[in-house]
Amino acid sequence: MGMVGQSLERVEDLTLLRGGGRFADDLAEPPGCLHAAFLRAPVAHARIEAVDVSAALALPGVTTVITGADIARETKPFLSGVKVDAPQFPLAVDRVRYVGEPVAIVIARDRYRAEDALELIDVRYEPLAAVIDPEIAAGDDAPLLHNDAGHNVLHERRFRYGDPQTAFAEAAHVVETTVRYPRNSCTPIETFVVLAEHRPGEDTYEVTANFQGPYTLHTVMARALKVAGNRLRLRTPPDSGGSFGVKQAVFPYVVALGIAAKLAGRPVKWVEDRLEHLAAATSATNRVTTIRAALDGQGRITALDYDQLEDCGAYLRAPEPATLYRMHGNMTGAYQIDNLAIHNRVVVTNKTPTGLMRGFGGPQVYFALERLVDLAATRLALDPMELRRRNLIPGEAMPFTTTPGAVLDSGDYAATLAKAVREGGLEELKQRRTAARAEGRLYGIGYAAVVEPSISNMGYITTLLTPQQRQRAGAKNGALATATVSFDPSGAVTVAVSSVPQGQGHRTVLAQVVADELGIDPGDVVTVTDHDTLKDPWSIASGNYSSRFAGAVAGAAKLAAERLAKRMKAIAAPDLNVPIGDVELVDGLARSISNPDNVIALVRVAAKAHWSPLSIPEDAGAGLRETAFWVGRELREPDEQDRVNSSGAYGFIFDYCGLEVDPADGSIRIDRYVTAHDAGRLLNPALADGQIRGGFAHGLGAALLEELAYAPDGSFLSGTFADYCPPTASELPELMILHDQSPSPFTPTGAKGLGEGNCMSTPVCIANAVADAIGKPVLTLPLTRPRVLELLGESEPADPSPPRPAIITSSGNGHALKGNGSHIVPASPEEVWAVILDPDHLAALIPGCHNLERTGENAYRAEATLGAGPVKGRFTASVTLRDLDPPRALQLSGSAAGGLGTATGQGEIRLTPVEGGTRVDYFYAVLISGKVAAVGGRLLDGTARGVINQIFTRLADSSQSQTEPKTETMPSLRSRLPRWLGGAP
Amino acid sequence: MRYLTADAKHPVRFILNDQPVEGNAEPRLLLTDFLRREIGLTGTHVGCEHGVCGACTVRIDGASTRACLVYAVQAEGRSVETVERLAVNGDLNDLQRAFRRHHALQCGFCTPGILMSLSQLIDEEPTADEARVREVLSGHICRCTGYHGIIAAALDVLAERQAGRHV
Ligand code: FES
Ligand code: FES
Repeated sequence: MGMVGQSLERVEDLTLLRGGGRFADDLAEPPGCLHAAFLRAPVAHARIEAVDVSAALALPGVTTVITGADIARETKPFLSGVKVDAPQFPLAVDRVRYVGEPVAIVIARDRYRAEDALELIDVRYEPLAAVIDPEIAAGDDAPLLHNDAGHNVLHERRFRYGDPQTAFAEAAHVVETTVRYPRNSCTPIETFVVLAEHRPGEDTYEVTANFQGPYTLHTVMARALKVAGNRLRLRTPPDSGGSFGVKQAVFPYVVALGIAAKLAGRPVKWVEDRLEHLAAATSATNRVTTIRAALDGQGRITALDYDQLEDCGAYLRAPEPATLYRMHGNMTGAYQIDNLAIHNRVVVTNKTPTGLMRGFGGPQVYFALERLVDLAATRLALDPMELRRRNLIPGEAMPFTTTPGAVLDSGDYAATLAKAVREGGLEELKQRRTAARAEGRLYGIGYAAVVEPSISNMGYITTLLTPQQRQRAGAKNGALATATVSFDPSGAVTVAVSSVPQGQGHRTVLAQVVADELGIDPGDVVTVTDHDTLKDPWSIASGNYSSRFAGAVAGAAKLAAERLAKRMKAIAAPDLNVPIGDVELVDGLARSISNPDNVIALVRVAAKAHWSPLSIPEDAGAGLRETAFWVGRELREPDEQDRVNSSGAYGFIFDYCGLEVDPADGSIRIDRYVTAHDAGRLLNPALADGQIRGGFAHGLGAALLEELAYAPDGSFLSGTFADYCPPTASELPELMILHDQSPSPFTPTGAKGLGEGNCMSTPVCIANAVADAIGKPVLTLPLTRPRVLELLGESEPADPSPPRPAIITSSGNGHALKGNGSHIVPASPEEVWAVILDPDHLAALIPGCHNLERTGENAYRAEATLGAGPVKGRFTASVTLRDLDPPRALQLSGSAAGGLGTATGQGEIRLTPVEGGTRVDYFYAVLISGKVAAVGGRLLDGTARGVINQIFTRLADSSQSQTEPKTETMPSLRSRLPRWLGGAP
Repeated sequence: MRYLTADAKHPVRFILNDQPVEGNAEPRLLLTDFLRREIGLTGTHVGCEHGVCGACTVRIDGASTRACLVYAVQAEGRSVETVERLAVNGDLNDLQRAFRRHHALQCGFCTPGILMSLSQLIDEEPTADEARVREVLSGHICRCTGYHGIIAAALDVLAERQAGRHV
């Protein structure tokens, strides 16, 4: 029996389970290796007036500090997909355009020292107006990010296929909606790692990085470093701790560290930390889409019209604006729709630049399309599934060319849908809905039908050019994948591919594919997963993205193994004394098909080829190594009419789920989730299911939990894993997975990609179910509890606290921190009052207070060091007391500023005599921006509570005991964080 | 209580995976950095350095502990176990084997920490049910697997050990 199609256990796990993985940060560092840390912009938009690095350089252990001026001198700006005057370098040159943008690099003996030195760099910023909202940024009077570009909209194109205008004019129904897809990120658990060396003699850069491709970016990096491609030797480590597209964005750091190594004259290593990653690594695009559909009286969709405003953040970082075009050929989804209009705009805003992300463009498109299909069903009073069924592309039409040009390779969508309905128990869910509703509960069912593209056409991005521009630039097409298979003299087989594994089980699957062709045990195959651009075959499409592994990369390995098998047969045939057509490779033997007793061990065949190359038939060739390049023949460049087959294969997914919304707290309980996939041939079903489950977890996170949030002033608000919340085991429901397997006629293995599909289907499926449950449109994500409450028309429960100062008019800038409480202090109101008004006494009560002085009547100035989670900094605060009503009440207001950001706020304190002392009621409301805002609600709220508790504890009892830092014993989740912060040193 | 000076290195001695180790550490050096960089055991991974992701989990005197929240000097005199301790005479232990059987890992970056937390659970709460397994796991973030295989593996080992088939 063949190995392909079996759920073999993974060869990778034998090492990984022992902690023996060789991840980027585990590799040996060269002698003398130094360590880098990045200084990053605390504000979203500002001119850099001056950078003073002298104090940082004076710190012992610091060797070099690199600023934008060095980078501008040493590098060329990065190429991007759109030719506009908006240059981008790996460090900000004279302006910062998003919070977290790198401003300087400190290189020091170790990371701790490098971070110490960051605090000593003095950067003077001249603030500029920031713009976060893509619709505002696209307006003519918005603050400009790139003055020379003249506008924030850096790309605009309209497409028309068929005759959408007439279709809309003649439609029986027109439905329209506007949706906003948020920013999120797949946040692999391993962060970015780069280790760079520069060899001045030959001006060569040698870099090891957990970069994932596409290697199109190798050209971008080499050009930025001002060297030819063969002088940037880029190596990737054997193991990578997840990527999901994200590690494409390592590339600017490859250049930054290359220059760092050059200027420091030593090897330099950088390991990104999680705060840097969340704030500044990369993000999915957020997109505003207005979508319209024309329908006839029978519910057939006759035309679609998309208006897409794509927000790529502060710079168009290569390969953006690819997110917007990746889906171009399949913008009609799973449906046969003959007329299509698309209006695309790409806008820059003061947010982190975007890039590859699992689902890449799919979540944005399907959130619009599949929401609209549901709205259409409501309008036509049709069952949403019935409406979908009426519009699905029929199985007999495959391969089917869509209106915008995708060649959908295989599948019977209606059959997969029917299977999902039957085997997933849709009827039962409907009964549960009826029963729940009869009890007044909010139960809903949602659907999503999705075409999942894989193996990106290297030419799809050129759809953004006009046909004339494309003509001038020259055609771009195809997607080369490459693999090398060899027999060594001992008869052992080695496989190498130009893909960078990130947990998909490359080594296992390639062994299965190659073992079948060569008739050997997959356990005997060794697959090399590290890659070296100087020694290993690769091309621009190389890398691990667009779900190209199973179809393209494993396909190339199959081709290489086929060729090698043919040669092994040619060598064996004379020894077996049979014609080559009578030789098969099986069980490690070359065997005569007609006389199975006539055999020779492959080990001997291989040895002969190595030891006696003159003794083998000439047409068997020399050297037992085959490198195959596979290119999808259907991946043509866009045609004159802008039709493009944007991907090499297209899977189909039909999802539905039943869920219940709790109106009391806005929580969502998923009752059942069914996902049916047709991804062609499954090479290893267990690994395929693993990919689906992983994609589902990302989809669920995007639907319910995850958002890279910004305040309108550009402050970043999701800076830790307590603020940016990937789902944990308590949030993930069980998933029912169903498969159909319609082999792709276009890939060598018959396989298609399947790891991204649920990132496309799950967010909108859940949104549709929530809309069904609550009877209100769902137009954005994630569906967090407060957002669900808002949709239900209930705002968050009102604050019950009595004292409340004049309302803080939050313009929504930064992070709003609010709190109130009361404590009993064993002293009379008069005594408490005296303490509050006495600077010396008060200073002793405030944790971290170095200095507190009176600067005027009822005005104070304080210096304090406060830590909030992983960040800590010194602040200077001025506070004014007002409306003093001794010893009963006072109001205070003030502001604070420090390296970590700024804060303004006010509060109120009331003293009431009670039995045993005084009850102190307090209320505060503070707006925080800058780095500390990124640490976000939970940590800041916890910190504030911690500080206030300490003040009252000190007030109540001056015997303050120093708690020894305690080791954490139970991993009881994020709820532990405030506790941890309370005890933080 | 030892008094430590901030910018000097201090000797640290503890038991690591049954063997005594010693090294020098500044007081602020995290246990993760000490294990990975001073000792050279890179199985303990760092995913967040702020106590949420669980990738760095080790066992200190038997208790699962986030090594990114502990200073190396705090390990003084304790017994620390890392993922490298799990295999028995070079063979994967029952939990590791169950992980492989149930495809409980993909990239494997979160895995060492999860193995350490689940080891404690299995040692100390042999009757733990799925809800309890999920609760313990909720202190870890895995971005690859959706947790399904991890839960199945843990339940499988709990059942095996209950049935007395523990090796
Ligand atoms: S690295 Fe320690 S919990 Fe994330
Ligand atoms: S296996 Fe990759 S993060 Fe868990």
